[in-house]
Amino acid sequence: MLRDFLRAALTIAGKDLRAELRSRELLGLMALFALLAILVFSVALELDRPGRQDAVSGVLWVTLLFASILGHNRSVALEREHGGFDALLLAPVARGAIFLGKLLANALFTLIIALLLLPLLTILYNLPDFPPALLLIVPPGCLGLAAIGTLLAAMTMQTRARDSLLPVLLLPVALPLLFAVLRASNAALGNLPQAELQTWISLLLLIDAIYLAAGFLLFEYVLES
Amino acid sequence: MNQAIEVCALPAERQPRALRLLNVLTLLALPVGLYVALVHAGTDTSQGQVQRLFYLHMPAFFGAALAFGGALLASIGYLYKRETCYDSFAVAGVEVGLTLALVNLVSGSIWARPIWNTWWTWDPRLTSAAVMCLTYAAWLVLRNGIENAQQRRRMASVYAILAFVTVILTLIIIRIRPDTIHPAVIGPSAANAQGSFELAATPGVSTALLVNFPIWSLLLPLTLLWHRYRLQLRVEVLEQRKALVLNAPLRPRRGDS
Repeated sequence: MLRDFLRAALTIAGKDLRAELRSRELLGLMALFALLAILVFSVALELDRPGRQDAVSGVLWVTLLFASILGHNRSVALEREHGGFDALLLAPVARGAIFLGKLLANALFTLIIALLLLPLLTILYNLPDFPPALLLIVPPGCLGLAAIGTLLAAMTMQTRARDSLLPVLLLPVALPLLFAVLRASNAALGNLPQAELQTWISLLLLIDAIYLAAGFLLFEYVLES
Repeated sequence: MNQAIEVCALPAERQPRALRLLNVLTLLALPVGLYVALVHAGTDTSQGQVQRLFYLHMPAFFGAALAFGGALLASIGYLYKRETCYDSFAVAGVEVGLTLALVNLVSGSIWARPIWNTWWTWDPRLTSAAVMCLTYAAWLVLRNGIENAQQRRRMASVYAILAFVTVILTLIIIRIRPDTIHPAVIGPSAANAQGSFELAATPGVSTALLVNFPIWSLLLPLTLLWHRYRLQLRVEVLEQRKALVLNAPLRPRRGDS
C-alpha cells in the first residue's frame, strides 16, 4: 500500500522531471527571472554597500519565493493546457500521491534555482566567505515553499484570475516560513548570534511539517472534479 | 458538473426569538460598556486617557478569533457535509472576523502613537496580526474569483482552514517571541514590553474590562454573525433563483405565435 503510494508519487515526479528535461521551459524561465531579480535588488540597494551585504538573505529568499511562484504557475498551466490534471485524476492513485509527486518535482526545481543563486550571490554581493550552514537551510526552505505552493497553485488554476491570484494567496500563508528561513539564514551569515541558528532551523522544520500535513489533507478537496 | 444544487431553506422573514433577544442585549450593552470604559473606569496614571482604548482593543481581537474559529469549523463542516449553509456561515465568520480584527488593529495603532511613539512598528505581534488580516482579505479575493458555486465553496473552505494558522500564530507569538514589545494582559508580559499596566493599580479598570470583554468578544460578534449568516442564506437562494430563470427555456411571448 505504502509502496504503491510512493511509487505513484515518484512516477509523477519523474514525469515532471522528464518533461522538464525535454522542454527546459520551467527552469530556464525561473533561472532567468531569478538573475533579473538579483540585478534589480542590486540596483535598488546600489548606494548602500554595507546594507547590500546585510540584505543578502532577504534578496535570496524573496527572489526564491517569487521564482517559485512563477514556477508553480507555469507548472500547473502546462498541466492544464495538455489536460494533464484530467489524466492524473483518472489514474487509480491516491490524491495524496499526486500532491507528493508534484511537490517533489516543484521542490527540486526551486532547489536547483537556489543552488544556482548561492554562488552567484556570494560573488555579486561580496560575501567574505560562503557559509556552509546555508546548505542546511535551503533544502527545507524550498520544500516548504513547494508544499504550500503546490496546494495553492492547484487551487488558483481553477479560478478566473488564475496566475495573478497565486501570489495574493501564497504570500500571507508563506510568511511564517519566510520569517523562519530569513532568521536562520541571517544566523548562518553571521548577522545574528550563532546560537539562534538551531532554534530557527527547528522552527523551519516544524512549519514544513505543518504545510506538508495541510497539503496532504486538503489537496484531495482542491482537485475534485 | 451537476448544477442542481439544493440550497438551504430560505430563513424565515421574522427573526427568531433568540436573535431578537441578542439584538436588544447588544444594543443595550454597547452604550453601557462604553460608559463603563469611558467614564466609570479611573484614568490610568501612567498612560492617561488613551489607555481606555484597551477595553475595546483586546476584546475585539478575541471576537475576531471567535468569528474566524466559526469560519474554520464551518469550512471543515462544508468539506464533510457539502451543505451550502456551512459555507454561508464561513462567509459570515470571515467578514465579521475581519471587521473586528481591523477594529483591533486600528485601536492598537492609535494607542501606540502616544505610548510607543509610533503608529506602527514591525513587532512580531503586530506583524502576525497584519498577516492574519491580509490572509482573510485574500480569502475574500479568492471567493470572488471563482464562478462555479460548488468549486468556489470548496476552495474557500480549504483556504479558510489554512488561514486559521495565522490566528493561532497571532495568539501564541507573544509567548514564543521574547523580543516583542507588545504587553500581555493574561500572564506575564515580555521583559521589554512597553506600555503594560497593572489591572489592579487603577480603580475600575478590571470592572471595565470584565464588562467590555463579553460585549466585544461574544455578544457583538454573535449578533453580527447571525445577521450576516441569514443575509448570506438569502443571497444563495437569490443566486439559485436567478440561475433557474436564466437557464429556463425561452417561452414565446403572448401574441407572438
